Amino acid sequence: MVCGGSGCKSSQSDIIVEKFKQELESQKLDQEVQVVITGCFGLCDKGAIVKILPDQTIYTQVSPNDVSKIVKEHIVLGKPIEERCLKAPQGKEIEAHKTQIRIALRNCGIINPEVIEDYIAYDGYEALGKVLTEYSPQQTIDIIKQSGLRGRGGGGFPTGLKWEFAARAKGDQKYVVCNADEGDPGAFMDRSILEGDPHSVLEAMAICGYTMGATEGLIYIRAEYPLAIKRLQIAIKQARESGLLGHNILGTGFDFDISLKFGAGAFVCGEETALIHSMEGLRGEPTVKPPFPAESGYNSKPTNVNNVETFANIPAIINKGADWFASIGTEKSKGTKVFALAGKINNVGLIEVPMGTTLREVIFEIGGGIKDGKKFKAVQTGGPSGGCLTEKHLDTPIDFDNLIAAGSMMGSGGMIVMDEDDCMVSVAKFYLDFTVEESCGKCAPCRIGNKRLYETLNKITEGKGTMEDIELLQNMSHVIKDTSLCGLGQTSPNPVLSTLENFYEEYVAHVADHKCAAGQCKSMLKYLIIPDECVGCTACARVCPVGCISGEKKEIHLIDQSLCIKCGACMDKCKFNAIELI
Amino acid sequence: MPKVNTIADLRKLKAELQSKIQKREKAENPESVIQIRVGMATSGIASGAKEVFEYLTEEMVKRNINGMAIQVGDMGYCYAEPTVEVLIPGQEPVVYGYVDVKKADKIIEKHIKQGELLDGIIPPNYQSIN
Repeated sequence: MVCGGSGCKSSQSDIIVEKFKQELESQKLDQEVQVVITGCFGLCDKGAIVKILPDQTIYTQVSPNDVSKIVKEHIVLGKPIEERCLKAPQGKEIEAHKTQIRIALRNCGIINPEVIEDYIAYDGYEALGKVLTEYSPQQTIDIIKQSGLRGRGGGGFPTGLKWEFAARAKGDQKYVVCNADEGDPGAFMDRSILEGDPHSVLEAMAICGYTMGATEGLIYIRAEYPLAIKRLQIAIKQARESGLLGHNILGTGFDFDISLKFGAGAFVCGEETALIHSMEGLRGEPTVKPPFPAESGYNSKPTNVNNVETFANIPAIINKGADWFASIGTEKSKGTKVFALAGKINNVGLIEVPMGTTLREVIFEIGGGIKDGKKFKAVQTGGPSGGCLTEKHLDTPIDFDNLIAAGSMMGSGGMIVMDEDDCMVSVAKFYLDFTVEESCGKCAPCRIGNKRLYETLNKITEGKGTMEDIELLQNMSHVIKDTSLCGLGQTSPNPVLSTLENFYEEYVAHVADHKCAAGQCKSMLKYLIIPDECVGCTACARVCPVGCISGEKKEIHLIDQSLCIKCGACMDKCKFNAIELI
Repeated sequence: MPKVNTIADLRKLKAELQSKIQKREKAENPESVIQIRVGMATSGIASGAKEVFEYLTEEMVKRNINGMAIQVGDMGYCYAEPTVEVLIPGQEPVVYGYVDVKKADKIIEKHIKQGELLDGIIPPNYQSIN
């Protein structure tokens, strides 16, 4: 196989192909050996690349002159030319290009999500069949427990244990609930799974139903995910028609059916008690745990709530075994995690990496580094409940416990990368704005405290803050964390605390020097005309939307700071670089 | 789709479906077809994947190509949407990013008809467990 990517083409790969064909013909091997032009191997810096099958040898930096030697020694005599092969240390490099392992996303982008046959061809419903015919409910729970799977919605609670609680709870009716209320800004992991592989979630819910003795499943999904809803509806219909949902599934006497419940897209409804209330038609407000949903959940019956990604892992664990799953990841966090990589990064996208992958690998290898060659500043994980991690955390292996130790959290998997142009006070303000908006208002610390936090941050970004305000932020954050009712309030000050911890000097610069190094806090900026550079062309005065620039032709102009709205139009217009921003 | 009544039914159906897929992917098999997977999650559709999908479906028929376009979920390369993956029987799959109708035309004319690879190939960056 010869790489025909554009990188290798420029290294004469098409001539290499011709040479191989000629050489093989002259050795009378053209009937046995096929020359194939393939897509890029992702090793473009070492082009041209030639791969020999079946032994998988990779030759790098091949030139047309090497062809005859490769054919004579490797193909005819079966002796690879050692010094030209990609060797172990570089072999690792090939691996590095594939740090991702797709388990939850295994079928995403592969199968047609609207065709159940596609899913079945890729082992679909095999796990359900296996569980129903070969394992008892307890055996199934034991497999999940052994696999070490932890809830992917954010908390990281062991899934097997959760199932066991629900299985032990007594009730005439029990429910399996799938939490598809994905609400972190910039997160789209669950949506992608539901849009790309809806049947895997349905299958896992049925498996869960079998273990806990539930016959009914509900998917709580936000109405703002119309495509995911449509594909789920199609999937449910197909599964019912083929007898994989409904009565007497696969002739085993097990009944299970799934319906959808739509949410209006409130962040707090991702919290399981609030979610259950919302499904019951009540206000989406959390209640104190205990009682846990496993004892008294939907309609006061035992209920097990898992996140979409958690469910998507289940069929793979059943099919491939607990040991296989437990072999991936770190000691306490097994398997993989899906992240929605966003922000100032070259390769924005949906990724799935084994637990224990470092932030550096995610951001600089998979993510392709920071946009426009700028400097990395921070990465926000865990959404509004998480925190910002900095350069010193780049080599931290990502797992549930390490991220918490570093002052952030796994969350559901949003990962927003920031560069030198981002003001960390503004970032904290952005998240607080979000939590203020999304707080349900039931408990005072969250309702009032977050609002005060937001106002204080706003004061600082406007250049009116004091050192006491910084202290106030700290104290207030701790009180809100300690006294709020649910997870939303208990975590909402995290963006403030983690930016205070990692970027304290930036807060001080805002307060003491009235300076925003990133240039984002507009009210602190000043546009000034440099007298020595100004030629008096009047271009700036003409473009100024509020008419605050005065000056005669060929004379030095002046900006009236009290009227300036800091739009920057004058600076863009000036051809003489006579306007500076301080 | 027939009703699946037992696990034996399910496994039989799976074996049939799998062999059908494998046949499609073998170059020498008379049933083999070219498949173009179009990433059609919300992100893809928002970037115009639907137009590309419809274009490919129509044009492959018009240009007498034994192939089909298939809608699939998110491939993960959201920065380069719309993305398509070209599967030609007997060859390694190739993923292209930033595919609009113009590029889709080139994929049919150059890649599929003449076996010539185009610019903008995205190297696969994950291992599959399938």
